[in-house]
Parts: sequence; C-alpha cells; structure tokens
Amino acid sequence: MRIGVTIFPGSNCDRDALCAVEQMGAEPVELWHADADLKGSDAVILPGGFSYGDYLRPGAIARFAKVMAPIEDFAQAGGPTLGVCNGFQVLTEAHLLPGALLRNAGMRFVCRRVRVRVETTETPWTSACEPGEELTLPVAHNEGNYFADPATLEQIQAEERVVLRYLENPNGSANDIAGVCNEGRNVVGIMPHPERVSDPVLGSEEGVRILRSVLAGARV
Amino acid sequence: MKVRVLVRPKAGILDPQGEAVRSALPALGFGGVSTVQVGRLIEMEVETTDEVEAMCRRLLSNPTIEEYEWEVVR
Repeated sequence: MRIGVTIFPGSNCDRDALCAVEQMGAEPVELWHADADLKGSDAVILPGGFSYGDYLRPGAIARFAKVMAPIEDFAQAGGPTLGVCNGFQVLTEAHLLPGALLRNAGMRFVCRRVRVRVETTETPWTSACEPGEELTLPVAHNEGNYFADPATLEQIQAEERVVLRYLENPNGSANDIAGVCNEGRNVVGIMPHPERVSDPVLGSEEGVRILRSVLAGARV
Repeated sequence: MKVRVLVRPKAGILDPQGEAVRSALPALGFGGVSTVQVGRLIEMEVETTDEVEAMCRRLLSNPTIEEYEWEVVR
C-alpha cells in the first residue's frame, strides 16, 4: 500500500509521518505542495506543522495549494484521508470536514500527552482499534479548540462522527472533541499526533494502532 | 483603489485573545471595559471591487467562525 504524505512550506511532521508509514509496513510517498497528482497513493496523510506560517488562519493558505485539488477529488471519491493537527485545520478550511479549530481556550500552546478515547471504529483510520479504547497520544497546538455551530455538533454526534474524544480536555474543544470524520467516514481529522508515538524509541507505539487501521482496507 | 477589510470573530464565538486583552487592561489601571474582541484588518490595493466579496468569503475570512465587512477607503 502506498501512503502519500503532503509537504507544505512549514509542515514539520512530514518526516515523522513518512517514518510512521514505513513503521506500519506501507510505502511512504512524498507529496510536494506543488504536485498535481497523488503519485498512485492509496491513502493520504496531511501532517502537522505550520503550513505557510499559519498566516491568516492555520490551514487557510495550504487549502489552496496545488496538491489540494487532487486530494479533494480523492477524498470526495472515498479515498482514506487523514489530517493530523495542522492537517486537520487544512481539511476544515477545505470544507472536507465540518467545523473549525479556534485558538485554545487557555491562550497557551499545549504540548503534552493526553488521554483520548476512540469513539468510533467505523473509519479507515480507527478500524483496528477497539471501540472505546483509550490511547495516550501527544498534542502540540495553539489552535485545537474544536468549534462547530450547535446544529452541526448535534449532527456529528447523532451520526457517530466524533472519532476521538479527550478524557481531559486540554484546549476547550466543544464536547471534548479531539477528532471528527466526514459524512462518508473516509476523511478523518485529529489534533493528537499518532506519528509521534510510532516507534519504541519514542517511548510508545500506540500511534501505530491508529495508523495501521488503514492497511486493513487496503486496495493492494 | 484601496479596500479595507475587517474580519472578526462571530458574535458568541469564544475569543480567548480578546478575553486575554480584556483581563490585561485593568492591570494597567484601565477600568470599565466589559468586552474586547480582537479581529484582523486587511488592506488591499485593487483595480476593481468586483471580487472583494468573493475574496472575503473564500479566503480572507472563515464564515464558520468569522464575520467580515469591507469598505473602499480611497
């Protein structure tokens, strides 16, 4: 399975994500922001970082990068797409996921490990987890405070589209939401960084459990 | 001509930045400030204003969380 990882100017988790893909036993593919196609990727990860310096709003400029056109087509056609942190912000700006990520309620950059619960295993990125499974994953963000209008929040709750939920809310997110998926369930955005805990050397492999899920549905 | 776009958090949306500024003002001895909203001011030199509305909607603001207004300043 080939898994593409986007690289925008200012991405800083792209190397980690590429390494994590290798760790999963898949083939990592670098997707440069100016690429016009996905080089045969079977799944795509938009990694964390500060694409385009977070100018205007996090993700606002990256959303119009050239590589986003084929990603939008891929995501809308049901291709497994994961946004982590800044990648999640890019996906909301691109309207591939509902809501937006506001500045943390506490006005501070939050950088630590947090406990999260897997709320649905019906996504390509969590299918290998147990329902209700608790994971410890790192977060590192300034804008991770999930917001959606009340009707949208109600809808994503009713459709079981909350993917991860914080056990201790670090940023003021509505309903403790740490990750959501789209209506088709193939596009997932999460604030925690599974790629940062994907090797024993990093102190934990819990992140691989999330990422490895996507292999189960592989079109090899 | 010059266009000035003002983008700010929608009413009711938590604005931690504004809240931090509001709570800092009394520390400097400025009293009587009940709310502060922090937004963004964007000035652009444009040939025509035909597309300013679309620019505001598609890039300059995020309609999910922000509202905007714009005016020609000269």
